[in-house]
Amino acid sequence: MASLLTTPAQREQPEEHETWRNRAPAVLTLERYMQDQTDPENPNPSPKFHTGRLPNNRSGDGKPRLSGKSSISSVVFHKMPPAETLFLESTARIQKDAVHSFMDFQVWDFPGQLDFLDPAFDVDNIFGEIGALIWVIDAQDEYLDALVRLNNTILLLQQHYPSINIEVFIHKVDALSEDYKFDIQRDIVQRTQDELSDAGYENAPVSFHLTSIYDHSIFEAFSKVIQKLIPQLPTLEGLLNILCSNSGMEKAYIFDCISKIYIATDSSPVDMQSYEICSDYIDVIVDVSEIYGWDRPGRVVEEDECNDQEAESVIRLQNGMILYLKEINKYLVLICIMKEESIKKKGLIDYNCGVFQDALAQVFGLQRS
Amino acid sequence: MDIVEKKGKKKKVLLMGKSGSGKSSMRSIVFSNYVAKDTRRLGATIDVEHSHVKFLGNLTLNLWDCGGQDAFMENYLQHQRDHVFSNVAVLIYVFDIESREFDRDLVTYSAVARALSENSAGARIFCLIHKMDLVQAEYRQKLFEERSSLLKERSEGFDIVVFATSIWDETLYKAWANIIYTLIPNLSIIETYLRRFAEIIEAEEVVLFERTTFLVVCHVSQQGLGNPNDDRFERISNIIKTFKQSLSRFTSSPKSAPQFTEIELRAPRFSLFIDRLTSNTYILVVVKPGESDLNTAKMNVKIAREDFERLDVTGDGKKLARTRDSSSRAELEAGDDDTGREAEY
Repeated sequence: MASLLTTPAQREQPEEHETWRNRAPAVLTLERYMQDQTDPENPNPSPKFHTGRLPNNRSGDGKPRLSGKSSISSVVFHKMPPAETLFLESTARIQKDAVHSFMDFQVWDFPGQLDFLDPAFDVDNIFGEIGALIWVIDAQDEYLDALVRLNNTILLLQQHYPSINIEVFIHKVDALSEDYKFDIQRDIVQRTQDELSDAGYENAPVSFHLTSIYDHSIFEAFSKVIQKLIPQLPTLEGLLNILCSNSGMEKAYIFDCISKIYIATDSSPVDMQSYEICSDYIDVIVDVSEIYGWDRPGRVVEEDECNDQEAESVIRLQNGMILYLKEINKYLVLICIMKEESIKKKGLIDYNCGVFQDALAQVFGLQRS
Repeated sequence: MDIVEKKGKKKKVLLMGKSGSGKSSMRSIVFSNYVAKDTRRLGATIDVEHSHVKFLGNLTLNLWDCGGQDAFMENYLQHQRDHVFSNVAVLIYVFDIESREFDRDLVTYSAVARALSENSAGARIFCLIHKMDLVQAEYRQKLFEERSSLLKERSEGFDIVVFATSIWDETLYKAWANIIYTLIPNLSIIETYLRRFAEIIEAEEVVLFERTTFLVVCHVSQQGLGNPNDDRFERISNIIKTFKQSLSRFTSSPKSAPQFTEIELRAPRFSLFIDRLTSNTYILVVVKPGESDLNTAKMNVKIAREDFERLDVTGDGKKLARTRDSSSRAELEAGDDDTGREAEY
């Protein structure tokens, strides 16, 4: 289980809710920073402290270690296979990447060697309109220097822009053993919290996620980040709860089908397995639709035959569970997990999903095509 | 390993090639539901690993995965020559595209082909040029053609078929589906039957998959509908197999378990479902969009199941006359059920 730290309780802190509500959705910009190199002039500083170094760490082979920010955005937002990120060049300037989905947001990819604490740097211009800052730490490298920079950044943000969510991705954990992974997480959390409470900040909006591009954890972490930026999240959760309880479903997710980020789920606990299966389910549907969804010329479409334009799918599993997928609009799909008994009342599910779809359209102020 | 038992139904398949060329990886992906990246864990094959794979039409594949180190190869070609190369139905010879000594590989290959021609002249040879993913996309075709013409020269008179494969994409399934296609004894009967079935239910496409491997057994498409994706069958094999892996993690059931009983998808331009057909096969049916087309097709599959089962297990085509009746009966029932569609028939 990856990011245990972003507990729902944390999400439901009332004062945080207030800040999301007060912020207009248009200024939701997502940024991330890197801290691989403390000193751009000297790419391989000898470590001042000794910690977090793996016995087989091959540092000093002349190539600076990169924490993996561009790989993350390529995998999550551009569907690049994780193996191909090896060939990505190091980022030299700020890359702005607009993502158009149910909610438009921008991802700014910051080069790691950029020192934004420099007084010459236009801080207001950058931090003035962002919603979340993602800080990527390479868990396979020594991270003490990175933590110092992280803490400086958090303190700066806390002073001037307290509404920005700070999300720390403890990245590249795929190669680490379970125990070691959680040790590192505990260590990083401890050091950051200590620093913050020394400076007098008790409830800073800082969350930590264990991530890797080689499994679903990066998508899950991004899901959590995006969810905090959705002002309508409590409403969506409420709607999903109602849908689940009235249709006999065990779990329901709303996914963004391009990035496979889930933007909301009902309030029953999220387990990694159900998230993974739903995300793989989307892959199957997208791939199969690509194969058979070509434009058939000369096909006469009977009006009454295809009144619904949204795709719908059911998978019956050997163990009696049912996976149900319904396209909600261009960007979103609803995926539900339920028992066999529930699907027998297919009419009820269809109706409830229709109601849900309308409600969602109202929430987002979208027009159903 | 006695090949004489249950003669005719048990086909001996030799899997050969240089050590490290990827024979066992391929076998574990196709027959044991491994994911591509899990094959890194496999060690070298020592001597010969035998496995039996039950297939449809009462066909059992007797797969000989032959370790490819030089010492073993020498042994097969000299001391065990009769034992290894007799009664072979198919030889699958795997070449590593990255091999530095292709000339030497060719020499070994010719020796194997010669041994085969002496002991089982009726065998077929398939050559797989493997690990194609390591070659840049634009050079693949050229390299493949070059290598296959060289191979054809050195095949000791065998009429060989060459495929370019990689475990990282669907080309693997394409090659294996083609190999299996030549081995199924009553395939022509199954194919005629499937074609008639597709006509009756007015399907755009009907595809039959083997259950454990999810390889395409045969497929029938409606005339005049040009699906632009020629590689769609192996792509579906790949998609479904990958999804089965995820399902087995989700339900924590063994990888070899069937995992799902039915997949259904209703999209604006088509409807599709995948369902168990017989104990050894899954059927995929693509029909026009709309509730009634889909449900009629589903019902027909249920009714035809029994007859396909007979065809599958006993490989017996004699009951064809009766099945035709039952199919048209199925259509009638479906028509009654759905009055809105009657005018169309």
